[in-house]
Amino acid sequence: MSESQSESSFKIEAKNIDVFYGEKQVLKDVNMPIEGNTVTALIGPSGCGKSTFLRLFNRMNDYIDVFHKKGEILIDGKDIYRKKTNVEELRKSVGMVFQKPNPFPKSIYDNIAYGLRIQGINKKSLLDEIVEKSIRQAALWDEVKDNLKKSALALSGGQQQRLCIARTLAVEPSVILMDEPASALDPISTAKIEELIQELKEQYTILIVTHNMQQAGRISDKTGFFYMGDLVEFDETQQIFTNPKNERTENYISGRFG
Amino acid sequence: MNNLQRNKIKDKAFKYFGVTCTFFGIFILGVFLFGIINDGVSRINWDFLTNLPSYRPKKAGILTAWTGTLWIFGLTAIFAIPLGIAAAIYLEEYGKKSWFANLLEINITNLAGVPSIIYGILGLEIFVRLMGLGGSLLAGSFTLSLLILPVIIVATREALKAVPLTTRTASYALGATKWQTIWNLVLPASLSSIITGVILALARAVGETAPLIVIGALAYVPFVAKTPLDEFTVMPIQIFNWISRPQHGFTINAAAAIIILLAFVFVMNGIAVYIRIKAKKKSH
Repeated sequence: MSESQSESSFKIEAKNIDVFYGEKQVLKDVNMPIEGNTVTALIGPSGCGKSTFLRLFNRMNDYIDVFHKKGEILIDGKDIYRKKTNVEELRKSVGMVFQKPNPFPKSIYDNIAYGLRIQGINKKSLLDEIVEKSIRQAALWDEVKDNLKKSALALSGGQQQRLCIARTLAVEPSVILMDEPASALDPISTAKIEELIQELKEQYTILIVTHNMQQAGRISDKTGFFYMGDLVEFDETQQIFTNPKNERTENYISGRFG
Repeated sequence: MNNLQRNKIKDKAFKYFGVTCTFFGIFILGVFLFGIINDGVSRINWDFLTNLPSYRPKKAGILTAWTGTLWIFGLTAIFAIPLGIAAAIYLEEYGKKSWFANLLEINITNLAGVPSIIYGILGLEIFVRLMGLGGSLLAGSFTLSLLILPVIIVATREALKAVPLTTRTASYALGATKWQTIWNLVLPASLSSIITGVILALARAVGETAPLIVIGALAYVPFVAKTPLDEFTVMPIQIFNWISRPQHGFTINAAAAIIILLAFVFVMNGIAVYIRIKAKKKSH
């Protein structure tokens, strides 16, 4: 990034973030500016705070009673933790894909349409159009187009996860958070998801938590390495994987711990 | 004999013990059913269903009893189902974990085990006397609603609990509010279990006698109830009344009425089982 870039050019910005679960501090003074239409990988050993960090951006941590935080999360220049933030609105623009595929116990069609229907969109032709578009975007259309009324639970794990991605895309977010989206999938499904992430980058800003170093190296533009609540290093993925500045980053990436 | 053989024998012994226990229950029920059907089935005809009660056993019918049971069934369903489900949704989805919530929870579980006649006494005091409803259908169905509310609440909460957290989380992540999530996702997913619980609870209400006797339901009602404020009788009370009479004709009447009440309850339980099986198939 060039020196002259102003702060507002970042799509997302985490500023001086401290997160506590009760007394326990799980993130320490994390700063991370993220440009639009990029893929940012968050890596680090289990319990390092990367998932907690990811869930800050759609306020999913709010459901944890003992959670509290200091610092700011800016999306499009606005702090999403302001009092007047409408959390439901926020989550329409910041979608999330979870570790384990979690389709609703409904038909494939109804899964995709769910996010639209809760917004009061009920026009059949419009729903049809968005459902098809979203499933196509998620590279699932050819596999399910004849069975849209079938239960989503009957799909394979990899298909379910692409369905969940399609469901997220249907509400047209600008940011997509992915929490180890391929960790429960076989290699072929994983490859499909990775390919998909590359395509989605054109339109969305993506943050992805992953335990898979190769995956982070393959799909991301930037990588942040977390360790014990610190953002140890945050840089171009190329840089992190070939020439890390910090010794701990190097040890983790080369598999010496974690 | 080594250990393995001994274990196998124990295994077999326990299996046969279990089978014996099961068949013992079924056998007793079978004997009972056979006796009842033998006595009563020939008495069931159109007149029996449409006649008013009478002093002469051959002329007596169960019109007032079965219409009363239908009234009670319907009214109790109207009061107890929305209240029970709403209370369960509050307790399960909205209620914060606190000492008060715990107290409430313990009380509801305990209430499910309170003898039904206690509910009758409560109904007598509150609905019949305090609210001045008398021995009416309304007082009866209020009392039975109280009786089955804990059952509905407990069953509904279990059903809601069975909807996994990951499903709810996915809904929130799409921008759904809590109520949207409950209405569009949690309730449809748990509906079949809720319906099963509700039907079983209502089947229990239909078979209750003691609380209704306490609130003053009559054994002899010479008219069909037209409004919820009318006095009434129900099938179990009619049966109870006939059995306690000396004439043999009334014993036969009671047997016939038992067959009809049993059929009604069996059909309801059958529907509950059917819904459950169908829901299971759907989710797999």
